[in-house]
Formats: sequence, structure tokens, C-alpha cells
Amino acid sequence: MTPCRVPIPLLAFPSRGELVPEPLGVVLIFASWNFPIGVSLEPLIGAIAAGNAIVLKPSELAPASSNFLANSVSKYLDSMLVKVVPGGPDVGQMLLDQKWDKIFFTGSSRVARTVMAAAAKHLTPVAVELGGKSPAIFDSLGSPRDRKVAVERIVGAKWVSCAGQACIGVDYVLVEEQFAPVLIDQLKATLEKFYPGLDCLSRIINEQHFQRLTNLIKDPSVAATIIHGGSLDSETLFIEPTILLDPPLDADIMNEEIFGPLLPIITLKKIEDSIEFIRARPKPLVIYAFTKDEKLKSRITAETSSGSLTFNDTMVQFACDELPFGGVGGSGFGQYHGKFSFDLFSHTKPVLRRSFLLDFTFRYPPWDAWKLPFMRSVYHFDYLALLLRVLGLKRR
Amino acid sequence: MENGAEMEAVGGGCDGARAAVLVAGLRRGFASGRTRSYEWRAAQLKGIARMIDDKEAEIMAALHDDLAKPHMESYLHEISLAKAACTFALKEMKRWMKPKKVPTSITTFPSSAEIVSEPLGVVLVISAWNYPFLLSIDPVIGAIAAGNAVALKPSEVAPATSSLFATILPNYTDNSCVKVVEGSTPETTALLEQKWDKIFYTGSGKVGRIVMTAAAKHLTPVALELGGKCPVLVDSNVNVIVATKRIAVGKWGCNNGQACIAPDYILTTKSFAPTLVDAMKRTLEKFYGKDPLESSDLSRIVNANHFRRLTSLLDDEKVSGTIVYGGQQDEKRLKIAPTLLLDVPHDSLIMKEEIFGPLLPIITFNEVEDCMDFINSKAKPLAAYLFTKDKKLEELFVKTVSAGGMLINDTALHLANPHLPFGGVGESGIGAYHGKFSFDSFSHKKAVLSRGFSGEAPARYPPYTPQKQKILRGLINGSIIALLLAILGWPRD
Repeated sequence: MTPCRVPIPLLAFPSRGELVPEPLGVVLIFASWNFPIGVSLEPLIGAIAAGNAIVLKPSELAPASSNFLANSVSKYLDSMLVKVVPGGPDVGQMLLDQKWDKIFFTGSSRVARTVMAAAAKHLTPVAVELGGKSPAIFDSLGSPRDRKVAVERIVGAKWVSCAGQACIGVDYVLVEEQFAPVLIDQLKATLEKFYPGLDCLSRIINEQHFQRLTNLIKDPSVAATIIHGGSLDSETLFIEPTILLDPPLDADIMNEEIFGPLLPIITLKKIEDSIEFIRARPKPLVIYAFTKDEKLKSRITAETSSGSLTFNDTMVQFACDELPFGGVGGSGFGQYHGKFSFDLFSHTKPVLRRSFLLDFTFRYPPWDAWKLPFMRSVYHFDYLALLLRVLGLKRR
Repeated sequence: MENGAEMEAVGGGCDGARAAVLVAGLRRGFASGRTRSYEWRAAQLKGIARMIDDKEAEIMAALHDDLAKPHMESYLHEISLAKAACTFALKEMKRWMKPKKVPTSITTFPSSAEIVSEPLGVVLVISAWNYPFLLSIDPVIGAIAAGNAVALKPSEVAPATSSLFATILPNYTDNSCVKVVEGSTPETTALLEQKWDKIFYTGSGKVGRIVMTAAAKHLTPVALELGGKCPVLVDSNVNVIVATKRIAVGKWGCNNGQACIAPDYILTTKSFAPTLVDAMKRTLEKFYGKDPLESSDLSRIVNANHFRRLTSLLDDEKVSGTIVYGGQQDEKRLKIAPTLLLDVPHDSLIMKEEIFGPLLPIITFNEVEDCMDFINSKAKPLAAYLFTKDKKLEELFVKTVSAGGMLINDTALHLANPHLPFGGVGESGIGAYHGKFSFDSFSHKKAVLSRGFSGEAPARYPPYTPQKQKILRGLINGSIIALLLAILGWPRD
């Protein structure tokens, strides 16, 4: 919150400049259903730290969490300035009709477009945290132990994360043809270890999403590529961890964000082809790459674009408060976590202070012919010329 | 032929199809990777700097054509600031482009992290008519420094400058990645229908809304540099001559009031108002003589539309009756003299809309605090100014008034400081630029985390047990013991 001083060019001497953060005012936060408590509280914390008043609208698809927040926030926080408004799309629309000083939205691109269009009416700045198809590039790692750790981390980012219903989860894996069998074996072994029964696995949030996921593997040309799992229980809304090997690239499962426990593996001739593969598609929220090849790492960093890029692990970048978290292109805009949250919900106001002491006449009209050369000297930082002019020793 | 199609897109009549061809060309240019290198960016910026040097006379002539802008203003506010932006970017760019290492915590130990700046891709810059040279080239400089391909749409309301850009910019920059598109509403609409990676708009709130609505269809981030009513609060405890000079040069010395950061209206106490008005009259006479319409140091009003808009602000008798100085107009030459009004009704149009012209209302209150309440009752302006020697008043002003930027004891200068972010808040805009802020505005800050395969915590994975939860809690809370246990791989598989 402390204002920070900035250097002042000699031209504006004497003066003092600083940047003063101030709250934007009254902000609206829309939370998603998959990490309903976390994704509600994280931006809330940032907005409070920056000094704003807040309305939080949790997702109606997670009603128990929504009610918990509605009841608890009023107990632990100043309910005059931090309010929770539960409800569905109609409540969301009603809130969007109001004028806010900032809107922070986590969710799908489809709804984000509605939010931004509504915000445009009031010139309200927005931050939209969306998703995308976050790939994991799986290079050959040499040691079996490293492979085991790597695959556990991939499984951790797929099924362990809310059964794949996570924006930073692994959507699909890219691997060289020759290493695909090793990868698949390790995936199966890890799944067996982690999930002897299905009781540690989240279910699908609701019937609509269950149906959406079912449809992704309904197509016979897609279903034919299932090499593990594939069973669905519409009663309990559980889908078994499912692996597909090279489904058709034009199928929905390879064009929409999966957001579920289905993992396509796409094989390539060379692992370097993964760069071109990713670049041909919308920018994802995160790219994961498992490799020890420093050259490949540099190439991935320089030649792909994503919200974040994590080497040799998954998910943990979310916990690094020194790193900004957010998307780019199709995966959104606006970043938060740590100080980035504070900045996101602040206006950084520049304040320049001058005194009445020194006042240069050549700054003012009437702009006689002699004044323009003066200003040129000043702007070129040509202080010698300026001095000579002041002393009357230089006219042109 | 590709060149032909692109050349057509540059001239007038850029419709949807041509806009699509233009964007596709820029995407190809960006995809080639040429804009990523420091060498390419530096070459473009050096080209622009050379262009400003070579074509200074032509630029001044175009500005004079469009606005009757005095040469001094053209130099001070457009040419020198544009050149300074190039020079500053060339000096600092290598540093800006360098990834920034950030610390990591025990939670991800061992790991290294950095923030890498990368270009957003293909960006659109829509410029305004009042500083048609600077407000076009300044954002373009930022976009190029950040490694983007860029399309510039200069304002058609300043046609001489627009056409100058279309003619000279291609000769100094790489045409595969830097394009100028001329045109008016239909052409701008066609451009806005395309998908861009960022849109940077300078202009009015009304069009800002249209731009953001169009951007929403593609979820394109926007920066909007708008305006507002920039207030000047004048305390009685000031050097009144210097204060009026600085207010006058920020108002009439900036395109005759047609500037987003020009003082829009003055607030002062009833007791001080006579002194202030008196000093202001003396300053104005010193600056512009007894017949300001004949002074060559004043820009004209940009066109007949705006002339009518301004003169109609004075139509209301309750408003024109408060004129205490000036008021002269010449419709043929589109000139309006500096005009002071004392205590116009608060609900008059002149106090509701951004004036953007040479009319300066002075509103008085009994106490200085009432003046601040008045400012806060209106939309947040692009800039707020205070003249005072009272430190306590200064602190109160900084703390309670929100504005894009703030200047104490001067006006407009903060625009020229590349270390200060320039932009609005609330109705006065979204985003900021100048200096490194331009670079950041057109960049994506990619978070890159690098780990190895040691330091694995099986506690992360199912089947979940209470012991695992304990370790994870410890790890996340930064406990060394939890870290040690995790390194030792406890609990065992």
C-alpha cells in the first residue's frame, strides 16, 4: 500500500513523483463451481487487500459451497462491505446490469463474453480467468524413476484434480510415438496405485456436464481409440479414468476443453513437433513440459505462448505467490495471486508534485521565435546549449 | 497478388473482407517470428526516430492543416514527446525484454521461477484527432517495443496527419508487421470485427464503449484512454501568477483546451475567486494579447461540428451571463477565444460534459473541502490538479480524490514523464502507458516455473490418508519439518 517514488527526468526539475495505489471502489467477483471455495476466496482476498468493497457471486452449480460462503462471510467479515449473493444466471444478469468499478470472472469463455459486453456499457475493467486445452509435453526422460514421478504428476493434474474438472489440469498429452507404450503403461500403473477403488475420485458436477463428456466419446471413431477405462455411471455421475490413444484431431474431444476424466494421448514423430502442434491452437492457460533437454525447454519458452509454463511438474505453479496467474488469448486476461491480486484490484495513481520556485518563461506563450530553440535544447538534454542560451551566448 | 490486396486495405474503403486480409497478413508477419528479436524491434524504433527527424517540417505542416496548431506546440507536445518515447524505449528495451527471476517458496522446493515478457501478437491502435501524431505513434512505439505486429488507424478528423502517416510510416518500418489503415466509421467498424490480441483506443467514452463491446466478442483485452472533466482546485495559499500561468498553458497552450488532460474547470473559494480571476485575465492578455482571435499561438477548433458543440454550451443565458472574460468567436476561421465563466449553474451542460475547448468555468464554494466533495461527486477524471502550499491539504487531496493521474502545483506535465503510468480510471479509462508501462501494456507476462524430479511428495496423491494431509498442510504452510519429511518420501508407498 505504500506509495513508491519514481525518478524524474531533469526536464521536470524540480519535482517529485510517486505512485499511489488506491482501491477501485466496488467490485464484483464471479466464482466458478470446480474449486468453489478457493476460486471465490482468492480474488476476494486480493480485492480486500486493495481496499475495495465486494460482492461475490458464487456458482449455483456448487450450492453447498455457495451457501457455506453466504453464511460464513457475514460471520467473519464486515458484512456492510463484503457481500455474498448466491443464485443462478438470472441473479448474475441482474448484478451485471449494475455499474461496478471492476468485474473479476472465473469460468467459461461463453459466459465471459456476456460479462465483458455488459461491463463495456459502463466502461468497467474486467479480468477473465478462463481455460483452454492445457497440454502436457512428455519427452523421454531416461530414468524410470523420473518417468514414474513425471507420470504421477500428470495423473495428479488430471484425475486427482477434481476428476479433470480444473482449468489448470492436463487436458491432453503429447508424446513421441516410440515412447507412447512406456507412457501408457506407467499411466495405468499409477492409476491402479492411486485409485484401487473409485472413492478418492471426484464425480462430475452435474448431469449436463456428464452428458457433455459422454458425448465426447460417443462418436465411434473416438470410442475406438479408448485404451483404458471408458465406463460411465449416469446414476452416480462417475466416469472411470479414461485414456484414449490418438483420437481424430477434428473430433470435439480434441477441439473443446475436456474438463473431465478423459485423457487423449497424441503421438508425434518427434517431440519437437509438439511446439507446432500447440502453436496451431488457441493459447492455453498452462503448458506443461516434462523434459530434461535444455534446448527443448528454451524453444518451448520462446516459441509457445500460454498463461503459464511449468517444467517437470503440474499444478504447483498455482501455489507460487510470486508468479502471476492468469491466461492469455483464449485462456483469458488479467493476472492475480500475491501482489498481482492487489495490483489487479487497485488503481496505481501517479502523483507529480512541483513547487512554485523555478519557473521557466520559455514554457509559456507568446511563443516567440527564440523560445523554440530553447525547448529543443531542453528536450535533447543539451544542457550546455541551454546554459549558453540562458547566458545569451547562443542564439540559433 | 498479396501486396496489391494489402495496399488496397491501406487506402479508404477498408471493408470486412479487406480488414480480414489485413489481419491475416499481420498474423503471417507475426508468425514468422521476426518481431521477437531485439534487432527487429530496435530497427523499427530507429526507423520511426529517423522519420520524426526527417519529416519534422511535414509533420508540423500537417498538424497546422488539421488544427492550426502552433509550431511550438507541435514541437513540444507531439514531435519531442514521440522522439523521447523512441529514445527511451531504445535505451531500456533490452532490460524490459529480460526475464525477471522471482523467489520460490518451500512449497515448490527445489524450483526456479521467472516471469517472461512476450508479445500479445497482433494489435490494433486507434488514435485520436487532437494530438493526431503523438497519440498514433506513441502506442505504436510501445506495441513494437513489446514485439507485436501492429495496425494503426489514425483519426479521420485529422485527415492531413492521417494521410501523412499512410504515406511516410511504410517507408521507415517493416510493412509486413506495421500497417496504417485510413478511414472513418465504416472502416473502423470493419477493423473492430476482426480478432485482435489487444486493442488500444484513444478517444471518447462513447466510442470507447463501442470498442470494448466489439472486443468482448473475441475476449480481446483493451486499453482505453478516454477523458473526463479534469478539475483544478486552487487554494488561496499560492503564488497566484505562477499558478495562473501554469493553468493557462495547460488549458489554452494545449491545443486550445482540446486535450484530454487540459484543465476542464477550476474550483476555488468565494473569497479567493476575485484574485484568481484577476490574475488569470492578466496572464491571458500577456499570453495572447488583446485580440486572442488573431494570436498565432492558439489552435483553432478542429471542425465545424465541435465549434457548434462548444458555442451551444454558451447558448443557455444562465451560462453566457457568467462570462467574465473572452467569449469572442469567429465561425469562418473556427476560432474561439479563451473564455472565463464565473459560477455557472452546476447542472448546466457545460458542467456535465467534458468541455474539450477554450471555455474555462470557475466554480466557487465557501470552503476548500466543499470543492473536494464536488470533485468526488463527479466521474473520476483523467487528471486532477491542485495548487497549494498547504501540505495538509495536499495530503488530503491525494488521499481522497481519485483520478487517472494527479499533479500538484502544475498541469499536464506528468504526461511527459516516462516513469509515470499514463491512463484513466473509471470513466476516464482502462489501462496505462508511456515508458515501460507501454511495453507492459502490449505484453503478456508468462509465469515460468522449473522443477526437477527430486523433492517429490507422495503426500500429494491418493489414496488419501490423514498423515498425508498433515504433511501437505505443513508443506503449504512452509514448515521445514514437513519439507524434510516430504524429501524423505514419507509416507512410503
